[in-house]
Amino acid sequence: MSDGLGIWTVLLAVVGGAIRVSTPFLFVSLGETITERSGRINLGLEGTLVFGAMSAYATAVMSGSPWAGVAVAGLAGGAFGLLHGYVCQLPRVNDVAIGIALMLFGSGLAFFLGKPFIQPSAPPLPAIPFGFWSDLPQVQAALRVNVLFLVGAALSVFLWWAFRNTKAGLIVRVAGDSADAARAMGYDVDRIRLYATGAGGVLAGIGGAYLSLYYPGSWNEGISSGQGLMAVALVIFARWNPLACFGAALLFGGAGALGPALQSVGVSQGYYLYYAAPYVLTLALLILTSSPNRALAGAPGELSLSK
Amino acid sequence: MVLIPAPPQIPDGAIGVETIGMTKRFGAFTALEDVSMTIAAGGFHALLGENGAGKSTLVKCVMGFYAPTSGHVLVGGREAEITNPKGAQARGLGMVYQHFTLVPSLTGAENLVIARSDAPAVINWASERAALSDFMSGMPFKLNLDRPVAELAAGEKQKLEIVKQLYLKARFLILDEPTSVLTPAEAEEVLGLLRAMTDRGDLTVLMISHKFREVEAFARTLSVLRRGRLVGGGAVGELSRDDMASMMIGERAIRTVAARIGEPDPSNEILRIEGVTARDVSGLREIAIEDLRVRAREIVGIAGVSGNGQKELADVLGGQIRATGGRVIVEGEVYSGKRAESRAHRVRFIPEEPLRNACAPRMSVAENLAFRAFDRRGDDPDKPPTLWLNKGAMGRRAKDLIARFKVKTASSEAPIATLSGGNVQRAVLARELTDPVDLLIVVNPCFGLDFAAVSEIRNRIVAARNAGAAVLLISEDLDEILELSDRIVVMSEGRLVYETPGASAEVGVIGQHMAGHH
Repeated sequence: MSDGLGIWTVLLAVVGGAIRVSTPFLFVSLGETITERSGRINLGLEGTLVFGAMSAYATAVMSGSPWAGVAVAGLAGGAFGLLHGYVCQLPRVNDVAIGIALMLFGSGLAFFLGKPFIQPSAPPLPAIPFGFWSDLPQVQAALRVNVLFLVGAALSVFLWWAFRNTKAGLIVRVAGDSADAARAMGYDVDRIRLYATGAGGVLAGIGGAYLSLYYPGSWNEGISSGQGLMAVALVIFARWNPLACFGAALLFGGAGALGPALQSVGVSQGYYLYYAAPYVLTLALLILTSSPNRALAGAPGELSLSK
Repeated sequence: MVLIPAPPQIPDGAIGVETIGMTKRFGAFTALEDVSMTIAAGGFHALLGENGAGKSTLVKCVMGFYAPTSGHVLVGGREAEITNPKGAQARGLGMVYQHFTLVPSLTGAENLVIARSDAPAVINWASERAALSDFMSGMPFKLNLDRPVAELAAGEKQKLEIVKQLYLKARFLILDEPTSVLTPAEAEEVLGLLRAMTDRGDLTVLMISHKFREVEAFARTLSVLRRGRLVGGGAVGELSRDDMASMMIGERAIRTVAARIGEPDPSNEILRIEGVTARDVSGLREIAIEDLRVRAREIVGIAGVSGNGQKELADVLGGQIRATGGRVIVEGEVYSGKRAESRAHRVRFIPEEPLRNACAPRMSVAENLAFRAFDRRGDDPDKPPTLWLNKGAMGRRAKDLIARFKVKTASSEAPIATLSGGNVQRAVLARELTDPVDLLIVVNPCFGLDFAAVSEIRNRIVAARNAGAAVLLISEDLDEILELSDRIVVMSEGRLVYETPGASAEVGVIGQHMAGHH
């Protein structure tokens, strides 16, 4: 095998991986963007993601329909989000602490309920073969795009538009930037945040469905490996902008695909280091984009991390 | 589901408002007692009173923020039950608060549209923009509505707040100290235009103010509150300034500010700022101070409209932000605001909003008073460091300072956040001014304090100067600057643009430079 083809194979695998791996990042980060734009942080989305993966897989196994799985994952995620939103509006409750509690709770509940579903196999979500024009199997594999990825891409454009052009979008931003102003306008800030956290949970749940029903496409306890948490960091990196979330998700997805891609062309030395690429990238980006002399630009004013 | 009655029709012209027997108690404290006041449609009414006299309580009761303990409001001659600000808005009542209620990250246009109760679910910006520019062409102020509010200067924000209320069809407008963030020229412009609207019968204005000059120039009628009661009022012009002042403060001796004794020492330069540049944390505002010197026994007042870089200058001197260039020199050595440096050169820094910036709000008064030397043996800043707190010495020192500086507190062990604003400032001054001081930097020391506290705190500052300290006074209160300063420097858009000796200062010229006409 020539070096030239090796590099092309790696690049192609990274592009394909970016598309394949980014979808959960995308859904979780879009959900968290909605939540954080309303002025609340939900760190529990990791737990929601895992529970979404489990409930989607279980539903798909039992009903035979992957879309039913997606729907159940979304509902379960929404329930987690509403729970988080409800608990946080109680007096003297810290949203970060509740988020961590719900992260552990969601994962634990998913492991407990998901034990019987590790063995059976579920029908996967359909993908569209955009690589049909090529004879190369690598190209075909890279361009098999799942429907949920397209939905997520459309959703990020829609959210970007909606934050500027809809009443609901503006109200979420008002609640996130100045609770006093929202109250002065007669809006119930707690309710806005409850719905925003619920919506964020729905999207995180759907992200989980993608994990178990498409890629990697099975249910096990290590399925998320912290992707939900990384997606929260990604929201900060994307400066709470849904379009930037899309780009950042692709970047993280590509970094996540680097390890397997190198392994596939026979680079076996130290590939575990490449598996760590997304985590190193998270750390590096957060360090590079922060500064002791600047406030976080674009951060919603009510967020507990910017207060 | 609560049934919401159809909103009453807002008339086209100005609305009159009357309060009858308004009383508001918070627990045992009576903030407002039996206040009956009439503001005729098309009037321009001023509400005067000291801090804590009940002015804000009264207007908040009218706006539905508070439910009055007893009494009611008539709007346009009819009794109106207003239970929240939204209800007030539906009746044509609007209020511009002292703090901004605009949403910082939204643009002006977004702020206006979302404040409307009938904002559409999907906003068609093309048509909204056309409607807004149509509306703005009839407005007294020209504003850029496409920029995020966070990027606007304080004066522009204030204008936008007023425009917002007019956009929401307010026909009765309450202004809470509207000119505190405006330059004198801007204040004239804004109040003059609002006065013209009342003269045309389009609007009624109720203005809370401290400034007699403004009241005399723009209001037609006035009322004075003292300790929650209505103590007088009438037509502007019938009352002299002395009448108004004595109504506001009652029978109480006010100490005047101590005279400055002795001349600045020209040979003893304490603070020198050379070519300092810095940027604030949002990265939006920059300052560039070419050259600023403060000598011993001299008060240099930095005047300017808020948001022109004073905060950044203070933050550099206090060590909160790093300068990107230049040097700050204190007594011949480079100074960066570190604890050891401020101890060595006897520099004291009193930031604005002392409760937030100079205190740990939940720690006790005694602990807050000990901040400067708690880690030194015997609580003496000149002694070597110690590991253990000397609670006994801390307590004794606190009791002594509380007595000497007349800090009103339940006990030296009470959390400092329970003290009133004036007493927090007294406690901070007690901490910072007991030992000899070479350089004192104070920022807005009297913001939000009442008459008595103000004169006392200004006295302390002048006394420190007379004792030989160099004082840099950064203040948004021009009267304070004029009263205290040996030398006045005007700051505008991050630069020092004008300098004049305090004795021969002309308010008009200073005002022009504050407003950016150099």
